[in-house]
Amino acid sequence: MAQAGLAADRIIYVEASDEKTVLACFEEGLRHGGLGAVVGEVARLSMTASRRLQLAAEGSGTMGIAVRRWRRQAEAADFGQPTAATTRWRVTALPSSPLPAAGVGRPRWFIELIRCKAGECADFELEACDETGRLALPADLADRSLAAPPWQSRAAG
Amino acid sequence: MIGRSGRKRMVLAADAAAQALRLYPGMAATQARALCAELVVHDADPEGDAEALDRLALWALKLYAPIVAADPPAGLVIDASGAAHLFGGEEALLADMVARLTSAGFTARAAMAGTWGAAHALARFVNAPATIVPSDQSGRAIAHLPTWALRLPDGMADALGKMGIDTVGEIEAKPRAPLALRFGPELTRRLDQAYGRAAEPIEPVEAPELIQVRQAFAEPIGAPETLARYTLKLVDALCAALEAKGLGARTLDLRFHRVDNRIEVVRVGMAKPVRDIKRLTRLLCDKLETVDPGFGVETMVLAAPMAEPLTWKPIATDLTEAPTPDVADLVDTLVNRLGPGRLYRAAPAQSDVPERSVRRTAPTAPPTGDTWPAHWPRPARLLPRPERIETLALLPDQPPTAFTWRGVRRRVKRADGPERIFGEWWRRDGEIDAVRDYFQLEDDAGERFWVFRRGDGEQAATGDLTWFLHGLFG
Repeated sequence: MAQAGLAADRIIYVEASDEKTVLACFEEGLRHGGLGAVVGEVARLSMTASRRLQLAAEGSGTMGIAVRRWRRQAEAADFGQPTAATTRWRVTALPSSPLPAAGVGRPRWFIELIRCKAGECADFELEACDETGRLALPADLADRSLAAPPWQSRAAG
Repeated sequence: MIGRSGRKRMVLAADAAAQALRLYPGMAATQARALCAELVVHDADPEGDAEALDRLALWALKLYAPIVAADPPAGLVIDASGAAHLFGGEEALLADMVARLTSAGFTARAAMAGTWGAAHALARFVNAPATIVPSDQSGRAIAHLPTWALRLPDGMADALGKMGIDTVGEIEAKPRAPLALRFGPELTRRLDQAYGRAAEPIEPVEAPELIQVRQAFAEPIGAPETLARYTLKLVDALCAALEAKGLGARTLDLRFHRVDNRIEVVRVGMAKPVRDIKRLTRLLCDKLETVDPGFGVETMVLAAPMAEPLTWKPIATDLTEAPTPDVADLVDTLVNRLGPGRLYRAAPAQSDVPERSVRRTAPTAPPTGDTWPAHWPRPARLLPRPERIETLALLPDQPPTAFTWRGVRRRVKRADGPERIFGEWWRRDGEIDAVRDYFQLEDDAGERFWVFRRGDGEQAATGDLTWFLHGLFG
């Protein structure tokens, strides 16, 4: 995290025993309003749960990011079902930027905006954070006219 | 220690050295002096002992649990229900208690059981610093203990011994009527208390300086909404009392005295002193669902055992500056819900070994501004322990060309490394020669992994050349 430009002093980690507690703490953090962003790692995100999170985020203006991550496929049975989140993204790793010499270059991501309330879906290829924490468009794409991605997403799923 | 018991001067307590000389409590003072000429004798001071025990009970009240009472001559009884989570469990609570008392110069043993009687017996007759017995097994755990463990009046245990009854379990197995006829109701009462068949309320110790408010009800109440409403009223009154003294609460105890003479407790802790009515009510009401009102609650008592001076500080120094948000209340809410240790911040530690380079600090600790060196790539996720992988690699310093992790074979497209990390010989002997060579690998799909090889590939002492996967990049 520190290498991506987010200072360790500014992150508070919360460990919870089950998904229900994670969602409860997630919502608590969103309602508080003093946090920059709340990131929650969940496998399941039902319509009801995401609706609660969305309302909490709208009420306080805090950005909420639900990261869907699971160990077994069965835990994520509802993946792909609609949620109340404003935007929904999918991030996939791409082969890194080619280097003239042997070695691993700057990582690249393929970012799809799967769903966006009142907006068009889109996909981008991005280069991951550098030392100052900035993302970049790959050089071969950078000259094309491309709308800036709407970073101010709320409760993305 | 010599005191007067009835009309006879006798030994009341003896330290380890004296017990080695075969001096034991209950012996006549003259006999003890005859056995050992250089005996150092102090007069017993029962009032002083009782006072010190009360002070110790107050200490435990502030630190551990809302219901604490002195159990003379040399014990404390603590109702830890609803308070153990603040220490991270019952074992941790007892261990902390014994460690603190030991460092203060006391010899302490602790036991936790379903009833006061059982815990009393286990603490005194089981030779272990801390014993924990689940509530439903208390009876079985004390069955083999001697009859002295039952808090019987003087001489009764000896009389039982003459009848051939030596252990608690033997009394329990005997028919009750003849026993009650022979020894009176006291024996069966103590037995029932130890086995949890008779209630034994603990009268909690209270200090005059303790800030507390109480509310008695004409009719017992039990509905959750009613409890919440009166909680708000009590918090309101307590905050007024705290304000008069310029204090803020660090811990709050809310006691519910039920009509059946039992006490239900809620305890919450705060990271900083707090006097905010809304916040305190919120913390207490979060816990109200753990309270079982039974047939009704007739008195509610709210106390602040730990209170500290509260200083106000200006929110913003001038109007242009945005106020810095305060997350302390959020931290308190989550800590009280999840228990300690579940909320933390990461901070750098002085170590090159990846799993040792992170330590946890309290979420409200002042920021240090330290960070990790930025020029070495580190993965976004570090596995809790490195996982073994099967690889195909050239020695001495080539990255693998393919590897198998969790049953999936991946071909390596690009690789970077090695980054050599040496073992920390000042921590463990086994690490004197240990070397890890870290590589960053990228497979066909662009997924990136952080793997290492034990050993430098030339000298066998540095490692056995096995490969491990240690982290995943984002």
